[in-house]
Amino acid sequence: MADASSETIRSGEPIEMLLNMGPQHPSTHGVFRMVLWVDGEKIVDLEPHIGYLHRGSEKLCEGEQYHQVITLFDRMDYISNFNNELVYCQAVEKLMGLTVPERAEYVRVILCELNRIISHLLYVAAIGLDAGAMTPSLICFRARERVQTVFEAVSGARMMHNYFRVGGLKEDLPENFEDMIGELLPLLRDDVEESDKLLTFNEIFLARMKDVGTISADDALDYGLTGPCLRACGIDYDVRKAEPYSVYDRFDFDIPIGLDGDCWDRHYVRMQEMYESLRIIEQALAQMPSGPVTSSLGRRLIRPPRGDVYVRAENPRGEIGVYLVSDGTDKPYRVKVRPPSFCNLSALKHMVKGAWLADAVVILGSLDIVLGEVDR
Amino acid sequence: MLYSLKGLLLTLVSTFHGLRQPVTRQYPATGTLWKRRPAPTPVQPRFMGFPALTWDGIVDEPYCTSCMVCIRQCPTQCMSATMKDNPLNQDGRSSRKKIVETFEINLNRCILCGICVEVCNFDAIVMSHEHEMSTFQRNGDRVDLPALLEIGMKFQAKTSWIPPTELAKLAEKNQSGGDSQDPEVAAASKEPDGEPDG
Repeated sequence: MADASSETIRSGEPIEMLLNMGPQHPSTHGVFRMVLWVDGEKIVDLEPHIGYLHRGSEKLCEGEQYHQVITLFDRMDYISNFNNELVYCQAVEKLMGLTVPERAEYVRVILCELNRIISHLLYVAAIGLDAGAMTPSLICFRARERVQTVFEAVSGARMMHNYFRVGGLKEDLPENFEDMIGELLPLLRDDVEESDKLLTFNEIFLARMKDVGTISADDALDYGLTGPCLRACGIDYDVRKAEPYSVYDRFDFDIPIGLDGDCWDRHYVRMQEMYESLRIIEQALAQMPSGPVTSSLGRRLIRPPRGDVYVRAENPRGEIGVYLVSDGTDKPYRVKVRPPSFCNLSALKHMVKGAWLADAVVILGSLDIVLGEVDR
Repeated sequence: MLYSLKGLLLTLVSTFHGLRQPVTRQYPATGTLWKRRPAPTPVQPRFMGFPALTWDGIVDEPYCTSCMVCIRQCPTQCMSATMKDNPLNQDGRSSRKKIVETFEINLNRCILCGICVEVCNFDAIVMSHEHEMSTFQRNGDRVDLPALLEIGMKFQAKTSWIPPTELAKLAEKNQSGGDSQDPEVAAASKEPDGEPDG
């Protein structure tokens, strides 16, 4: 064998080796398997294998009543639960023509933006670990814990909240919410700034991330990338601005964009998005009216009219869409989810080809996939 | 080179900053290595732990009438119950005609969504603060009626629990009483902080 390969090396022909990465690998962020064809340290080809976390969520939705489906959406993208609940509730509300009380909309926005921040913080922690930086992960997890305590005070659970309802919320915010969030926001800003300071312009981090996994704007559109991955290519597309849902049209915030579409740009866009989210939360807290948070629906069984609807919203990972078909019964006929992670993952092959083996980890990390949503 | 050193210095400063305020806590017991004392994980008032059944201290019987609403609405079908005629009702001591005979929750299947509490018409089920109930048996977390009532009573004592329907009645009374006296009081009491779930 050794003779044969040294012969081949001498002749200058590439030798391809098959390398299996995952599904149990710390840097695949879940159970994701990559089969890599490598020539030395260069990646020639990649084949992603998904489905290790397939739970049949879409099919399960068909067997549950409308209010029970919310619990399944909680578990789809398990890092940004509130955002997932929101898009499903909006789909049912649109189908039924319900109006949500104003206060409920503001509470939803505040919770979703907090969830966006902690989702991005988890990304920062993970990409730091992928690139070899340990300290930011501890800071990010400290910040996450603080926000999750607030979530627990509001909804009763740290992650699987089941707090949004069709037509409003489960119950109003707790009495001490103003104090809690007033205490939380400065600390959260400090933590975001600290992780930003530690990682974003760190020279080693820049060397690992800059000009790695570049994708052009045209290619990104062809692959259907959304969210920070698309905005890193220089396209300012955000569903919150392009097609404002909930009360997002009442806030003043910017859409950060990148220039080159490489890993560092994707990181930078997410970092800036956290500051924008903090801005939105501050404005929402100032504007929040008092009033009811539950709709006129009350405790009646949710039974939307026959029809179908497509609703989209901006998740931390990109555009999530829900296509809901109702046949007039108390259970949905079909729930199709357009998962942002799945579509973003499709561009991995394009990004990884020709890169170094060690960069595959960073490229995958910068896509920020959640396997619970990819496989559903 | 200089920038790298600067980055290392930043990390070092951040490390010491982290050392000043520990953010982790020992689990399951706190204290030092040689002197450990068990301490339950602190939870928020609204925390949703495992579901439990409540005890009506006035009539001395469970609130649950085994009407099966929670069982039908549970997304994971983790509960089962049977019903019997209430002996206290025949004596005239209780207004409940039927009462729960057996009730079982498989806590391994429960996803702590709180839907059962929301749909209950009799204030009979609560999400307790209990969350550390691991056992070594495969079916060790199938809890029966006495165990559920015990957890529920613990929760009721800890949080001085008032039935949600009572709270709603109280809020309504406050509201209507306030209207006749003072408009400002009425406006204050309209804040829906004490409203029941759903």
